[in-house]
This record gives sequence, structure tokens and C-alpha cells, in this order.
Amino acid sequence: MAYPYEHPREERMLSRYFGEVDAIGIDGWIERGGYTALEKALGTAQDDVIQVVKDSGLRGRGGAGFPAGLKWSFMPKDGKAPSYVACNADESEPGTFKDRELMRWTPHQVIEGIIIASYAVRAQHAYIYIRGEFVDIVRVLNGAVVEAYERGYLGMNILGSGYDLDLTVHTGAGAYIAGEETGLLNSLEGRRAEPRVKPPFPAQKGAFGMPTTVNNVETLASVPHIVLNGADWYRQWGTEKSPGTKLFSCCGHLQRPGNYEVPLDFSLKELVYDLCGGPPEGRELLGVIPGGSSVPILTVDELDCEVSYEGIEAAGSFLGSGGLIAMDDSTCMVRAVRRMVEFYAHESCGQCTPCREGTSWLTKILRRIERGDGREEDIPLLLDVGSNMAGSTICPLSDSAAVPVVSSIQKFEDEYMAHIRDGSCTAKR
Amino acid sequence: MIKRAKTTQTITLTIDGREVTVPAGTTIWDAAKELGIEIPGLCHDPRLRPVGVCRMCVVDVGERVLAAACVREVADGMTVQTNSEKLERCRRTLTELLLSDYATESLREQKTGDDALLALARDYGIERSAIELPAGDGRPQDLSSPVIDVDHAACILCDRCIRACDEVQHNNVIGRTGKGYGSRVSFDFNVPMGDSTCVACGECAAVCPTGALTDKRLIVPIQPRNELDSVQSVCPYCGVGCAITYHVDRDANAVVFAEGRESPASDSRLCVKGRYGFDYAKHPQRLTVPLIRRDDSYPKGPLSSAVKGERRKKPGGLVDYDEVMPAFREATWEEALDLAANRLKEIKEKDGPSALAGFGSAKCSNEEAYLFQKLVRAVFGTNNVDHCTRLCHASSVAALLETIGSGAVTNVFADVHNADVAVVTGSNTTENHPVAATFIKDAAADGTTLIVIDSRETGIARHAHHFLHIKAGSDVALYNAMMHVLIEEDLVDHDYMRDFTEGFDGLRELVKKYTPEMAQEICGIPADRIREVARVFGRAGSALVFWGMGISQHTTGTDNARCLISLVLLTGNVGRPGTGLHPLRGQNNVQGASDAGLIPMVYPDYQKVASPESQKKFEEAWGVSLDPNPGLTVVEIINGALVGSIKGMYMMGENPFLSDPNGNKVRKALANLEFLCVQDIFLTETAEFADVILPATSFFEKYGTYTNSDRRVQVGQKAIEPPGQARFDWELVCEIATRMGYSMSYKSAEEIFAEFTSLAPSYSGLDYENLKPAGKLWPCPDPATSDGVQLLFGDGFPTESGRGKFVPVDYQPAAELPDDEYPFILNTGRILEHWHTGTMTRRSKALDAIEPEAACQMNPDDLTELGVDPDGYVKLSTRRGTITLRARGTPGVARGNVFVPFHFREASANILTNDVLDPFGKIPEFKFCAVKVEKAGSAA
Repeated sequence: MAYPYEHPREERMLSRYFGEVDAIGIDGWIERGGYTALEKALGTAQDDVIQVVKDSGLRGRGGAGFPAGLKWSFMPKDGKAPSYVACNADESEPGTFKDRELMRWTPHQVIEGIIIASYAVRAQHAYIYIRGEFVDIVRVLNGAVVEAYERGYLGMNILGSGYDLDLTVHTGAGAYIAGEETGLLNSLEGRRAEPRVKPPFPAQKGAFGMPTTVNNVETLASVPHIVLNGADWYRQWGTEKSPGTKLFSCCGHLQRPGNYEVPLDFSLKELVYDLCGGPPEGRELLGVIPGGSSVPILTVDELDCEVSYEGIEAAGSFLGSGGLIAMDDSTCMVRAVRRMVEFYAHESCGQCTPCREGTSWLTKILRRIERGDGREEDIPLLLDVGSNMAGSTICPLSDSAAVPVVSSIQKFEDEYMAHIRDGSCTAKR
Repeated sequence: MIKRAKTTQTITLTIDGREVTVPAGTTIWDAAKELGIEIPGLCHDPRLRPVGVCRMCVVDVGERVLAAACVREVADGMTVQTNSEKLERCRRTLTELLLSDYATESLREQKTGDDALLALARDYGIERSAIELPAGDGRPQDLSSPVIDVDHAACILCDRCIRACDEVQHNNVIGRTGKGYGSRVSFDFNVPMGDSTCVACGECAAVCPTGALTDKRLIVPIQPRNELDSVQSVCPYCGVGCAITYHVDRDANAVVFAEGRESPASDSRLCVKGRYGFDYAKHPQRLTVPLIRRDDSYPKGPLSSAVKGERRKKPGGLVDYDEVMPAFREATWEEALDLAANRLKEIKEKDGPSALAGFGSAKCSNEEAYLFQKLVRAVFGTNNVDHCTRLCHASSVAALLETIGSGAVTNVFADVHNADVAVVTGSNTTENHPVAATFIKDAAADGTTLIVIDSRETGIARHAHHFLHIKAGSDVALYNAMMHVLIEEDLVDHDYMRDFTEGFDGLRELVKKYTPEMAQEICGIPADRIREVARVFGRAGSALVFWGMGISQHTTGTDNARCLISLVLLTGNVGRPGTGLHPLRGQNNVQGASDAGLIPMVYPDYQKVASPESQKKFEEAWGVSLDPNPGLTVVEIINGALVGSIKGMYMMGENPFLSDPNGNKVRKALANLEFLCVQDIFLTETAEFADVILPATSFFEKYGTYTNSDRRVQVGQKAIEPPGQARFDWELVCEIATRMGYSMSYKSAEEIFAEFTSLAPSYSGLDYENLKPAGKLWPCPDPATSDGVQLLFGDGFPTESGRGKFVPVDYQPAAELPDDEYPFILNTGRILEHWHTGTMTRRSKALDAIEPEAACQMNPDDLTELGVDPDGYVKLSTRRGTITLRARGTPGVARGNVFVPFHFREASANILTNDVLDPFGKIPEFKFCAVKVEKAGSAA
């Protein structure tokens, strides 16, 4: 079956085999060239593997965009303490659904990336921390892990290299915050998924108090391609600061929502209007959230930019996870923001005061505005609470909750004022 | 072994424009403190691991995100701004966020008046009514705990209680539940605190900054600290000797609340008894007037219906004053003291000094113990003086004196942190020495390998890396087998043995036959496990051995202790950090009372009665000639009373009616005495048999020194005035002595202490001034600058040869083994909430509320087999007596075993126990006898 909504302008490095059932099993994967990158990596010194990933400019695809090779280089090289790699497959950012497709269609692409990464950072045990809700994908991954052990890609003395690695698939229990890398580590250890104070960073003190590298699924899936073909090959796509291709999970008011893989120098506007087909017939787009619900919303006038990290930042938002949410003129912005903030209020781990209390107050104030019970003073109050929630907590969830509030007030204050002054809504139903 | 490394590296940084240099690893908070900069905070407490969750202490370090000062470590060249408009706005918003949903009335503000959130609000000038944020849905209160009020509405989720519970006390009861706004602290799996596994140590309420967790009122309403007097003292209960500040309401003459204070022995920690068990002193049943038995109440016998064997009106409870008091009449001090002195004198003249005996108490101070033994020795003219140490560690002391020449611990319990391996054997540490247990649990969580050996799987076993659940009374076989393995595998310290020990050949010969396979048959531990644990012990760089009554209260108690000493000598684990022998002492002053000579065979500081030199020294000091023969021990004195050789007794604070083995025999013996003078704070079961009862002062009403298990001598200070005519124990001893013709007069307890220390070389140099505030360890050659000697015997032992002696011993079974008629094994001891014979703790509101009734502990499978319902009753019978009490299913008790706490007169464990003695320590076998268990309808 053809993967829904392919588009000829895509550059399908990661998603090439999406929709091909034969590519899921290990035989099909090997037929398609799978695990040759691993063989090559195991024949290369660890630091050289790190170097090629550094040279490729691959940046973390989970949202923060931290250079992957640099992250790996923080791991100790003396081999004195046990160390770990954790693949963050707890994909839960609203509007993001790319990792699950990578794991569903190409589990071995992900596993191969994990093994190479683990080899490079000298880890003895790797974990895939996956959302418990991905029940079917957990089955796919577990099957793929068994296959990889059977073929000698995992376990003792991998492919005769002398390198040993175990890989465990660990299911989460449905908390968004377990996707934060240190929350993930706590959850992996059997604790509440409460993010840890940083520093120390995971490369110093991660899982079980030992050095750990945490990488996103998409990041790790990109690794075999880079190792096999080299950094220059990878840099044929994208920009100097944002090389390569990226999957965009496009959803919301679009004619053809879905996952699209494009080079990082692609136009955001074309992604929305060309690949995704723009808004439904007869509708105008109001705005687009380009990188998951925790990045600022862009108005239609701000879409004329590259999808690179720096391009979207220049436009006033962030690339984030690449979860693109489009909203057309049928959207009540107050309601949409309230729904997003409610999500964060629900998912706050409750550790830090600004987040635990702040998300709850934002929700309550937004609710009363949406109901038509708001007061004009609520706007500065929202901005005040929002600004004091940001940048003062252990993890960025508090910032994430404040972002849609602050950015939507900046860009759609009229909609708020309509609710407050007239008790009406500007959405076109 | 992963231990925290100490660092000497330093870091220089700038805080608010000022440069400061601090050790690496210091937090910004502490570095700022160095400069005198106070950063506001709610979740941080210097005693707890910082977590940085309240975010009140955030500072600007020039990063995108503000850093929590309490948890962020300093870095070289870091520039920190602790105060700015942005930070102030942030902190102000935080305060508003917390306050807008805060409890309308803060229980902390109402009680101790130190609610930290309300104080912050005052600092920021925030009026609650002016906050524009919508109020929350309200969060509930939980008043289910007998000692702590929980108000979730006043909880700011600062995590302090969780860390106090998890990391200070290691009880792991409190956690978080829910997410976001629904987050809440929870007990166990979110049950009410009173229904949880909380042990009511109160550490959580002590660290809580708000009204969320507060102490309940005990005697009078809790009031702000600054309206109360604070008295620095110690705890009156166990041998840990926790340092306590008592906050006293002078008008009400009552302790209002207790707080742990800084001390090397307790690090401000307390347990439920120390924190909430002080109110007994104000109980209405305190004795306030001297009492004399009425003429018509002779011949003597039991007075209360329970003791007479009649059916009680209602089950449970303490001595029924209504039943007992009519047998006595009030008297003046003159009359009572004259009567006591005259009767004792008459007996001495008629039957000789050895017809008299005295029981002192390890609950009394060093001064009282010293004076009491002086009275018996110098005035009664006999060495028949003993106290409850006989019933707890007499065998340990006998073994220690025999092998290493000193009866005290060689190292303090807190040094367990430096041990590679710690052994805890025969000790239910979490219940009997709860605060010492916190140090052991700390160490176990931080890299010390903990080996627990016990016939019961108790609380401390849950923290063990190796738990050996041995069969009761099989200790010697196990330790001999461990030594067998150590010798066979050459895990012994040859250098140490060459330099500091003697008698190894005998030990090697004896343990040859104790193969792990042979020991397995006796102690029930698989041979491989014995080998494994022996290797762990043998390979340790440092090992510390703790033991309790499970070792000592056997007819083989001395043998058990000899084995432990041999294990330690064999591996050279004495005299270095993290090594040593530590018999955990029971009473708050059992070490001190023994040091003070409340023992029939030794004068103060273990100077032997049988030594003419010592005799001469004390004859000169006291100006009388002394009896050169060692006196009788506790059980021997009771036996003497039964056969009539002991005719007159003076008891200061002891209650043998409940505490001594074979209770029915004790009762007959007490009734058989010609004269008994009881000096106590309550009318005890023993006092039913008294001719004269003298009301004494409680711990809280007097000055005195107390020596803890570590050998730490601490000053107990007077907190409140005594009730009615009650007088100091030492004054009463002086009165009796003087009336018997030996003039004794002291101005103060301090003066008595000076006399005692002049005769006890170990205490030399100590006085009340240098003992404050945290006490000193004896010996303390230089009290002006030193805390005392922590590690003893690094360079040999105070024995004749200067060497530690191996005393090899064979395994012997207990004296009374189970048979067809009495098929179960009876074990007795204490529980967390109660103290010995319950006279204090059962009159403490909180402790009585938590554990109001006697209950034995049995394996649930045994109870099922006997058809006993959960919480149903059982009848326990031995060859000596029968009691009926509730049975609690306790999986940690092995099948075929019964554990009975001895605090409860209505189901007195010692009616059942066997008074057979260890031949060396003369300690009775409290931990083992044969018992029959039958299902019973209800309490008899």
C-alpha cells in the first residue's frame, strides 16, 4: 500500500519505505541495505563515528535541536562506569506523530541507529522508552529486537567486533512529561517521571546515576544514513546550520494532513499550501503552529520562511518537533489556546510551583474568558503569570504552557477582547 | 563500594558583585550564605538533599533559565545575581500563586506561629484579598493520625516531608500522587495518614514550612516558640540518647512540644516516643504524697483484682488506682522516711546486711545510680545491688569484660557510615533504637553492605543486602560456621591477630567441625549462604557489628557475644573508623548506671568488689568498711526473697513485677518480703506489694547526666516543676542514708557528679559545664577541646596481657525446647511505641492511642491453622503461666514462633518466660521458651 499523501517534492531519506510492509521484517530490511551502516560503524573507531555525526550537523529531532554528535562527545571515554543510551520514543507533543511512523514502518532503521549510537558512546545497554499507548508499535519493536538478537546485531560480540550491547524496549504509562529526557530517565528507573535538576546532565549522571545519552527516534534513525554515506552526502540537503531532511507531522485544517519529509531549506509556506494542499475549500488559514503546541503560533503572513531551525526562529517561532498544526478561520483562538493550556496543566508533573500552580491558573482564567466572564485586566494578568512561569522551572513544560497564551495574545488580541467585551467569538462557523 | 568523595578543590565566583571562594560542590545558596546573603526559599532545608522545586530561590546566572540556588552548584567564574526586579517579580508571583489557594487558617501559624509562606507574604506585602487569581477547588484535611494534623490545603508541595521520610528516617511512607494541580503528598498508596505504615516519628511535621503537617496538641495547646521557654535536654527513653529541646509553658508547668536538636548522637532526629511521649509526666496518676500501707492491708498480697487472678471489670489498662489506693494512707515525709529507714535498719541488725538488697534503675541519672549503690554498699553494708542491665546486656558485658577488658562499645553507631560492612544481629533496631537505625539505614543506602541476622524479619531487615533468617537460639552455630569459612578461606587478619589477640589455636580447633553444612542443620541457613555472607564480612575493609537482646537474652547469651567478639578479632575490625563492637544499649542510662556501679560485683567504673585494692579505695572515699563479697544479681535477689534470705528491699524506679522472668514467682517473692520500699513516679504493679511508697520526680523535673549507648555523657535539664510533694530521687536516697546513721548531704546533682567522676577514671575531667550542649564521649582526656574518644582499642586492650582473647564456644540449645505439649517457641521484647513495663508510655496520650492493647505476633499461616480470626485472641501457656491476648498475623515471624511484647500487665509476657539464667552474665532466657498456643474467645 502506498503511504498516504506522498508528494513528489518530498526528499524521502527516512520515510522511503513507509507503506512497504516487506521493509518491516529484518529480511526485507537487509534486502534494502539495512545493517550495512552498522557493519561499517563497527569497523570504525568510536570517535570517528562521533566525528562523522558531528560533521553532518545532525541536530536533535525531539524539539530542542541540540547537535547530536556534540551530545555524544560528552560521554566519558574511559569505560570505567556502566553507561547507557536511551531512545526517546515517548512521542507525546500535541500535533506530532512522526516517530511512531518511523518505528511502525522501519523498526530496524531505528534499532540500527541505536546500536551505532551505543557503539559510538561506548554504552553497554540501550533502552527504547516508548509511549505505552503505542501498543501495536511496541509489538513491532519487540519483534524487531528479537530478530536483531537472532542475527547477531545485538547481544554479545556483535558481528564479531567484540562489542556487546543489550537493548530493552520499556513502555511508559502515559505521562507527557516522561518525554522530557530526565523525566524519561526517572520513569525508566521506576520512579515518577519528574524531570531532574540540570546540571548534572544525563551524559554526566543519567540512568541509574550513570552516563547516558538520550536521543529522539528520528535523530537515531538518521544516523545509519550519515554513517553509511558520509557527512557531505547528508549536507546536500538543508542549510549550513540545519542540514539534512526532516519529517513534518502536519495536521489540523489541511486538505492533505500527514507526514512529509522535506529538506530543511524547504519553504514553510509551500509545505502548508503545496504539499498539504492548504486549508479546506472555502476556508482561510488563521495561523500555523510549526513545531508542536509548545512553540509560538505564526500568522499566515509569517509563513514565508524556510523550515530550518534558524528560518522558523527568524519568523518568530521554533521548528520544535516538526509537529505542524494549521488552524483556519473556523477556529476560536481562545478555545484552542485554552485546550492546549489544559493539556499542559494536566501533564505538569507538579514539582515546580510556577508550573503546577501557574498552568492551573492560566486554565481557569482562559476558561472564564472563553465563557464571556473575563475582565480586561485578565489580559495583563495572563501575560504576567505567563512571563513569570517561563524560564524559572526545572524543565520547559512551564514555558510550553505559557507560550501559546503569550503568542496568541500578541497576535490575536482582538479575539480575546471580543470574548471579554462582547461575550462573542470571531470564529466563522 | 561507592562512597561520597571528599573534595578539596575550590571555586571562585561572584555573587551580587562580591567575589567568594568556596569548595567545589557548594551550592549557590551556601556560597551566598558565606557572604551573608540570604536567599528566600521554601523547599530548602539545610538538613535535606536540595531539590529546587519551589523555585523561590531562583537566581540569575546569566542563562536563559533562572537557576534554583539551593541545588545549583557553583562554577568557576560564575556571576550570580540574587536580587533584581525580574527575580523579585518572579518570587512575588510565586508567593501569590501559592497564597491564592492557601488554607484560610494555617495550623502552623496558629500553633508554632512560624508559617514560612505567610512570612514571605508579609515580606512582600501581599494581602490575600487583593490577589486577582481565582481560588482553587479546595483540598481536604486528614486528621487521622494520632500525632500529626495533615492539611492538604496548606501544602505547597515543597517535598520536604517526602525527603525527611525517605532520606532522613528512611521510612518511605510519604510520596506524591497525581499530576499538575491535582498533585498532593500521599501516604503509602494514598490512604489516610493514620491508616498508613507511618511510624509517627514526626520528622515530616518537623521540617514542614507551612500548615500542611503540624504536631497535634498533647498537654496544652501548641504555642509560638518565642512565647515559651526552651530547655536543652535529652530523651528519657532509649540508649540512643537523642538530644531534644523541650518547649515549656511556665504558667501551665508543662512541656508543650519537643524538637530534635543538633548532636552527634541524633542529628536532630527523633522517634515517636522522643517526640510525642513526654506527656506522661503530667499524667493525673502521678504520685504526689508519700504513702504508707494501712495496717489492715496486711498480710501483704496483691491488691488489684487482676493480680489476684479475679476477672477484671474491663480488659486492659494500667494498675487500677481505685482498687489499690485504699490499701495505703497518705503520710508526711518525716513519717514515711523514718519508717523506711528504721525498718531497713532493723532488718540489717536482725538478719545481717546481706538480708537487704536494692534495685536501682537505668532510667535514673548517673548521679542517682552512683548514690544508690553507695547507699546499698556503704549504708546497707552489702553488694546486693543491681538493676535492669542484668536483664538486657549482662551477658554481653560479661563476654566483653572477659575478652577485651571493657564492657562498653568500641565505636559509636553513627560511624556505621564509614563501614564497608555492617552486621546487625538480634536487634529489632528500627523499633528499639529507631534513631540509631536511621544511621544504619543511611549507610546501607550509601554503599555500606548491611547484613542482618535475626530470628524475626524486622524493619531493619528490609534494608539489608543480606538477611539471614536464622532459627531462634542457633546463633553460636552460625557464627562458628562463619569463622570456619573465614579461617578455611584465609580471610582473617594475620597481622592484627599476631599483634593484638591470643587464644586463636583453641578457636581454630573448635570451629573446625562447624562446617557450613553442619551449621545449616542447626540454624536453617543454607551452607552456601553462610559461605557467601562470611566472605562479604571477611573481605570488608572495615566492619562494624551491632547486636541487641536477641544475642544477649539467652542462657547462651555470653557465648553468643563471645562469638561476635571472635569474629571481629579474627578480622581485625577494632579501633579503626567503620569498625567495632556495638551492643546497642536499651535504657537511656543503662551504660551510665553500669558505669556508676549499679552492679553487684563492681564499684563505679567497673572496679572489682573482689579486688582488695578497689575495696580500699572506696572504703577510704566513703569512710566505712565495705563487704568484700560480690552481691546477688536481680534474679538471684528475687529468688532470695522467695526463700526468705532477702528480707528487706529498696527499689528506685524498677518494676520487677512486669520486667522480670517467671512473673508468678516474682509476685510470690515480692509478697514474701518483710519490708519493701518503692520509690517511683507512678503506683506500679510492684508497688502493690510495698510497705512504703515514696513519690519521686520524673525525668523532666530534675537535673542529671545520662550516658548513651555510644558512651556519650549528656546533661538532662530540669524542664518543669515536680507535682505535689514529689522529691528528687537523690534527695530521698540521702534521707534514707542519713536516717540509717550515715550522713549524706549534697547541694545539687552536680556535686554528686563531681564525687562520682573523682572515683571513676573513665569520667575524669567531665563536669556539667563542659558537657553542655551536646555531651562528651568517655573517656575524654581533654574536655576543653575534644568531644571524647570515639574509637577505643586501636592499640590493644585493657586486659592483663593487653591482648583480646578468643573464647571458643560450642553450640548449646536453649534451656527449654518445644515439645508436644508446648510446641511453639516464645520470644519476647519491645515494640516501637512502648517502653518496658509501660508505666510511662501507656500514660502517654499519643503512644497509648497508637498501641492501646497487647498483641502477640505470629505467622499468619500458624494463625490460619489454629483457626484464629484476623485480630482474634489466643491463649498462650507455658509451664509457668498463662495469658490471653490478641494475635496479629506477622509474616516476619517464622512458623512455630510467637513474639509477645512485655509492656502490658494484662497480658504480661513475663508470666510465661523462663527464669533460667546464663551462667556467666546471670541474664534470664527472655528470648526462648516453649509455649502452647490455643484459640481463645476474648481477653480473659
